[in-house]
Amino acid sequence: MYTFSSKLKTFSFILMALGLLGIGYGFLTAPKDIQEVEKILAADSHGGHVEVKHEVSSESVAAHAVVADHKEVDLAVEGTEATTALEGHNEVAAATETHVAVVDNHNEVNEAAEHEEHLTHVLHQMQNKPWAALYVACIFFLLISMGVLAFYAIQQVASAGWSPVLFRVMQGITAYLPWGSVIFFVFLILCGLHFNHLFIWLDPEVVAHDKLIATKTGYLNFPFWIARAAIFLIGWNLYRYYSAKNCLAQDESNDDSFYKKNFNISAGFLVFFIVTESIMSWDWIMSIDPHWFSTLFGWYVFASFFVSGITMIAMVTLYLKSKGYLEHVNTSHIHDLAKFMFGFSVFWTYLWFSQFMLIWYANIPEEITYFITRIELYNLPFFGAVVMNFVFPILILVNTDFKRITWILVMAGVVILAGHYIDFFNMIMPGTVGDSWFIGISEIASVLFFMGLFIYVVFTALAKSPLLPKRNPYIEESKHFHY
Amino acid sequence: MSNKVIYAIYNDDDILMDAVKKTRAAHHHIEEVFSPFPVHGLDKAMGLAPTRLAICAFLYGCVGISVATAMMNFIMIQDWPQDIGGKPSFSYIQNMPAFVPIMFEMTVFFAAHLMVVTFYMRSKLWPFKQAENPDVRTTDDHFLMEVSVNNNEEELVSFLNTTGAVEVKVIEKH
Repeated sequence: MYTFSSKLKTFSFILMALGLLGIGYGFLTAPKDIQEVEKILAADSHGGHVEVKHEVSSESVAAHAVVADHKEVDLAVEGTEATTALEGHNEVAAATETHVAVVDNHNEVNEAAEHEEHLTHVLHQMQNKPWAALYVACIFFLLISMGVLAFYAIQQVASAGWSPVLFRVMQGITAYLPWGSVIFFVFLILCGLHFNHLFIWLDPEVVAHDKLIATKTGYLNFPFWIARAAIFLIGWNLYRYYSAKNCLAQDESNDDSFYKKNFNISAGFLVFFIVTESIMSWDWIMSIDPHWFSTLFGWYVFASFFVSGITMIAMVTLYLKSKGYLEHVNTSHIHDLAKFMFGFSVFWTYLWFSQFMLIWYANIPEEITYFITRIELYNLPFFGAVVMNFVFPILILVNTDFKRITWILVMAGVVILAGHYIDFFNMIMPGTVGDSWFIGISEIASVLFFMGLFIYVVFTALAKSPLLPKRNPYIEESKHFHY
Repeated sequence: MSNKVIYAIYNDDDILMDAVKKTRAAHHHIEEVFSPFPVHGLDKAMGLAPTRLAICAFLYGCVGISVATAMMNFIMIQDWPQDIGGKPSFSYIQNMPAFVPIMFEMTVFFAAHLMVVTFYMRSKLWPFKQAENPDVRTTDDHFLMEVSVNNNEEELVSFLNTTGAVEVKVIEKH
């Protein structure tokens, strides 16, 4: 049996506390109105766009002043020389200039309106920022535990001979699922109650003025959307609950009936999962950009959290192994996990590139905007994610000896997990905060909070059941697995 | 100088593995082992050095991606930077997504084929090569261990007989 070390417990509490503080700070410092936004933009050096606007408007003010001076001079001339010949001319000149001034004023009004519109736009982005930061971290950790659950179900159905010694580790990690689901579901409800503006199609004002979204309301409407989310989350949690329960019951059983039951529900779950996963990716991620659509998006999201899930299994296994709790896990098991990390990193890249290249090549305006936003505003995170999730793992994990070395795996795992956080960041941030993005206190604190919760829940669950299944039909093979 | 070897023939891979381990433990030099199929762990039991074929393949892959990049950079960007369907051909990086499928295929092509050729060369395999099997049964259901003799013929024969060999033959090699 594993006992939750008090140091790790304290560490997870510290992470949660720091995270909560940071999240609170993020919400408190979000601007309330456009005056604040103006101040922030004036103080901010990278608000180049706004500075240009300011210059333009001050220039026009200066021009107006010059015109006014000129007019005064004209009037003075008119006063001194009361001759009729010049009068008419001057009147014309004065009239013209007044006209110019009016036009100028008109331009200024336009510019002021535009400026205000711009400020409102930025305000919405900045108000979205702490929400979006929370959302990215929340969905990232929820989907990591889903990735582990999918991997676990696949191992059951495939009757894998190597992995049963790791089943309890996987079950421990998926124990985060109910917690993550509840928090995530509450978050979705808050979105529906208009606490934030992450999903613009939830705003009736936007839908009323947007024909494209209006035609999608049959699918994208709050009751249907939240009902789908509830069904998916309940379905996944039911599988997790019964699978873990059966696995424990199999320990005390006299035959393999619970094993067979688990086999069957795992097969059923995988069918349910692949359908719901696809819809989930449209609902929770793609609908942030409701004008954009991509067919392989579901697979792409799947690849991203599946590789993160496998990496998380490897990380937790390495930790428990280093503490001496997994006596039957040898370097061959670790090697196998590392192969999966490697393989699915490449798979993620394949889908990332396929999605990007098809859209880049055809360059259809309604699709390409998605990538233009990302390349122009998120250049470093967009391409950095490819380096972290592809170039780094492929060069490190291609070596078979490296796949057995703990510190190399931990390093690769940290880079992969961070890379896939960035990947989710890239999927969600451009549609919610646009160019107001920054990885600052809100973002880091959200990750810290969920990481602390994740560690606390996972290791509490690991301490509740023995780390080695007893009567699994493949457990002997798994104990002696070597590659 | 007579150059004698002993052929010890086995009919089971488990017995063969044990025999190899015993022979190594008794410090007799195993020249070669012939087997109809790959015996898992035989290379380790014989103490063979690990293959470096994978390292070769990695390097060949690097060559492949370099060839693909250099080729397309010259053709599409340097030599005749034509506007084809609006694709930007001002620099390699601008049009790179279009080149990636070729870069990938060339990497795999070079890595795979050059590795196979390396394997043939290192294993001395080619179409009209004279087959080298010492006993035709080794391609069917028998295993053969070839042990070199250094003036210890009697001792070696009796030793190999204890390892479960179904047949032990002393052969004059030239």
